[in-house]
Amino acid sequence: MGEIMVQIGEELRKETMTVGDLAKQVEELKRQVENVKPGAEDRISIVVFSGDLDKVLAAFIIATGAVAMGMEAVMFFTFWGTPVLRDSKKKAGGKDLMGKMFGFMLPKGRNAIKLSNMNMAGMGTAMMKSLMKKKNVASLDEMFEMAAELGVKIYICEMTMSLMGFKKEEFIDYPNLEYVGVATFLEQAKNSKVQLFI
Amino acid sequence: MSDEIKIDKTMDLKGLPCPQPVIKVNKGIKEIGVGQILEAITTDPGALSDFPAWARTSGNEILETEQKDGLIRFIIKRVK
Repeated sequence: MGEIMVQIGEELRKETMTVGDLAKQVEELKRQVENVKPGAEDRISIVVFSGDLDKVLAAFIIATGAVAMGMEAVMFFTFWGTPVLRDSKKKAGGKDLMGKMFGFMLPKGRNAIKLSNMNMAGMGTAMMKSLMKKKNVASLDEMFEMAAELGVKIYICEMTMSLMGFKKEEFIDYPNLEYVGVATFLEQAKNSKVQLFI
Repeated sequence: MSDEIKIDKTMDLKGLPCPQPVIKVNKGIKEIGVGQILEAITTDPGALSDFPAWARTSGNEILETEQKDGLIRFIIKRVK
C-alpha cells in the first residue's frame, strides 16, 4: 500500500493504491498504446471523376510521380472517368437500351477522350496530342503502361458501371484493376496522406 | 565539377519532360548499390526543383548539380 498524489484538473488529491493497482494501470495503458492505429500512410488517393484528356493526364502524372516519390497510388475512376477505362477493341453484349445508348455516346476508351478546354471540334485535341508527341510528353497509352509497371492501383466504381450499363468485359486489361464501391475508396483515402478529386 | 567522384551508372534523360525524369531516376537508383553513385542528365528545367524534392523524400543525396548548355547534370548518391 502506498499513497500517491493524483492531479485531476486543478484539484490535487491523495489516493491510496497498491503496487498491483499501478501495475494493472500500466498494463492497461500499454495495451491502449499498442492498439493505436498508425496515422495516414504514404499513399495518394485520387478520384478521377472527369473524362477529359487533360484532367486524366494530370491524374496519371501525379499518380506515377507519387510512386517515384516512394508513395503508393490509388486511382478511383467514377462517373465520366469510368469510360476512360474501356477497351476500344472489346465488346460487351447483353445491354439494355439505356446501356447501349450510354455505350454509344460515351467515349470508347482513353484514346477517344477530348480536352476539357479548346477542343474545337476535335482539332484542339488533335493538336495537343501532336504537340505532346513533339515535346515527348507521355501519351495516355504510355501513362497507363507506366502506371501498371509502377503498381498504381486502379479502382472502378461499380455504381457508375451499373448506372451506365457498362460490363466488366469491356474494360482494359490492367494488372491492379478492381471493381469497388465508395467504402473501398474511403478506406484507402482515410489512410492516405494526400487525396485529390480530379 | 570534381573528378574524384566515381560514377557507377549514368542515365541519359534528355528530352524527357515531367514526370518521367523522376520516375526513371527512382527506378535507376534501385539498380545500383547503397553508397554507389548515379549520374543523371536531363533537359527538364523542373528537375532542378523535382530532383531535390525526390531525394529528400526517398532519402537519397544529391551531391552535385551542374547546369550547362541547357543540360542539367545531377550526381546522386544512393543512401538507402
